[in-house]
Amino acid sequence: MKVTFPHMGNACITINALLKGLNLEVITPPPISKKTFELGVKYSPEFACLPLKLNVGNFIEALEKGADTIVMAGGWGPCRFGYYAQVERDILKDLGYEFEIVILEAPDHQVSELVQQLKSLGNNISLWKAINTIHFAWMKLQAVETLEKELEFCLPRVIDKSLLQKIYQTALQDTDAACSRKKIQQILHQAVLEMREIPQSRQQIIKIGLVGEIYTILEPSSNYHLIDYMGYLGVEVTRAIYLSDWINDHLLGGWIKKSHNRHIIRSSQPYINYFVGGHGQQTIGYTVDFARRHYHGVIQIAPLTCMPEIVAHSILPRVSEAENIPVMTMYFDEHAGEAGIQTRLEAFVDMLRRKNRRQDNSKEA
Amino acid sequence: MKKVGIARALFYYYYYPLWKTFFQEMGAEVLLSRETNKLTIQNGIDLAVDETCFPVKVYYGHVQELCRQNIDYLFLPRVVSIEPRSYICPKFMGLPDMIKASMLDLPPVIDMVIDVSINNKMLKREIERIGKIFGRRQGNASAAYDHGLAELEKCRALSRQGFTLREAVKIWEGDPLPPLPGPFDLNIGLLGHGYSLYDPVISMNIVHTLREMGCRLYFPEMLEMEDIEREAATLPKRVFWTLGRKMVGSSLQMEKDPRIDGIIYLASFGCGPDSMIGETIERKMKDKVYMLLTVDEHTGEAGLHTRLEAFCDMLRRRRSISHESYLSSHG
Repeated sequence: MKVTFPHMGNACITINALLKGLNLEVITPPPISKKTFELGVKYSPEFACLPLKLNVGNFIEALEKGADTIVMAGGWGPCRFGYYAQVERDILKDLGYEFEIVILEAPDHQVSELVQQLKSLGNNISLWKAINTIHFAWMKLQAVETLEKELEFCLPRVIDKSLLQKIYQTALQDTDAACSRKKIQQILHQAVLEMREIPQSRQQIIKIGLVGEIYTILEPSSNYHLIDYMGYLGVEVTRAIYLSDWINDHLLGGWIKKSHNRHIIRSSQPYINYFVGGHGQQTIGYTVDFARRHYHGVIQIAPLTCMPEIVAHSILPRVSEAENIPVMTMYFDEHAGEAGIQTRLEAFVDMLRRKNRRQDNSKEA
Repeated sequence: MKKVGIARALFYYYYYPLWKTFFQEMGAEVLLSRETNKLTIQNGIDLAVDETCFPVKVYYGHVQELCRQNIDYLFLPRVVSIEPRSYICPKFMGLPDMIKASMLDLPPVIDMVIDVSINNKMLKREIERIGKIFGRRQGNASAAYDHGLAELEKCRALSRQGFTLREAVKIWEGDPLPPLPGPFDLNIGLLGHGYSLYDPVISMNIVHTLREMGCRLYFPEMLEMEDIEREAATLPKRVFWTLGRKMVGSSLQMEKDPRIDGIIYLASFGCGPDSMIGETIERKMKDKVYMLLTVDEHTGEAGLHTRLEAFCDMLRRRRSISHESYLSSHG
């Protein structure tokens, strides 16, 4: 059995650790490229959202590399994601590929069920080994996220940005290859030290909150590397969504670490008073939260036609006015031209800098 | 007498008789927005976010029209779920919040939450809450709601005879029975979300056009609920959108029906469930001709006509070929 899975940012490192720990042979799909986009767009429904198209692209490339089992997550709506696996299976079967698909349906806060699902997927392993594997994968996830946060902090500040990127990429690869907890800690410690040692400029930093749909936030190629580009513009980006938070809140019922979710949902009221699927409510809640933490601006990103984010988008202008924070919404699909995206981002950042300067001046006066 | 404004859009098509009866028994007068027209659409497009689907934009237009009328309450239901373990769509769940965010001069809003995804306790509480707004005693509103359901059933009986939901509501309100058009030489299954299919402006009058072209139309509302659910259950995973599951079940049931020559699915551009369901149906449809039409505010009526004509011509030719020689129509 050769197992594959869809990409979502650096989640592949965690998933790799998890599946390998279950004694499975893993085939990681090639990184998302232009070819992935082309394959996905060609075979997916025209009006489906971008993550589905990229999933299909990932799967085709992995199946061509010899994978015969796909692991995919599921769900029970109302967001389209819950039906992804079904449509993807139909598409791939009609293309003539032979494979099995294992769908991990997010159980409602029932850790035991998740452990059971993973154990049944595994290759003759004990419950003890399964739990151990989950813990190891969780550690890798934590390490990766510390690296990501460090990158987001340093990128707008350091002068030699390519050196920083190089350290970050090497650390990611090493974490992926690491097979002991001690090793992970070592790599992390070393990388963070190196990143902090790079000389920093004294340019004023603009702080932006990034809210929106989870896949678009986590997968750089689906947002045309927005976070990196903002870093080059001297903007520190804080994401609303990290994979570990999502897993903690949705799969583990918040027992691994203290959940922030309840506070965010409370912040979203009275602008939005009901669950709308996906991260719609969180988008509003985090925008309010960023505004109250005196961020300079918020950017909402989502795939085109994303339903929960359209609800949030419709409400954001009111939040922006009431909480006094500039907000920009960007949708991405396979047609998004990079130059257009960069121009919009630059204009937004220019506007924020000017606004910020004006406020500083008036304070001094 | 208090006046309650109801938009003639979205779930109006599925629930108007219930809502009207309910509010009348609460002692209110019901004011309906006018039929969708150019102004409605223009207002809707101006107010709503560009990426929203067309029917929701039209809803904005209707609400805007109601706000300019002299009404005491605006009825903005939050239709989350109308059956256990199923949803309508995220936009329906956030609709009152979306409307409130984009229109500031709203009259007092009755934002009833309709959510029976787990059980109907919440719905009961909501009914009593609205009863209180109109100064009714405990239990009074529930009785009115039950009466509304009985009226709704009358309307649904009409739609089972082959009237569209829009026609059925009109007949229920006392209009004379319209003469059934004819003669027909083709039988076509016409599917789509009721609020786009039966709104003549959103659907570019597809119902009327097809009938003029000599097609007897079969709507999902004409099928038995049991048949729809049985067919929909043949999918490996239960579809968790109520309307989506109805469409899958209906199309599979229609495919089995020997009377039906072809099936047309009318989808809205930007509709999330349609983008998945349209695809699922297309892949399941093996024996019958199937056409997926996507409409939005930019669709040209002439283009739609041409496609419908071509579809009908193709069905007729197919039939004449298979009558003359018993060759397969696939060549």
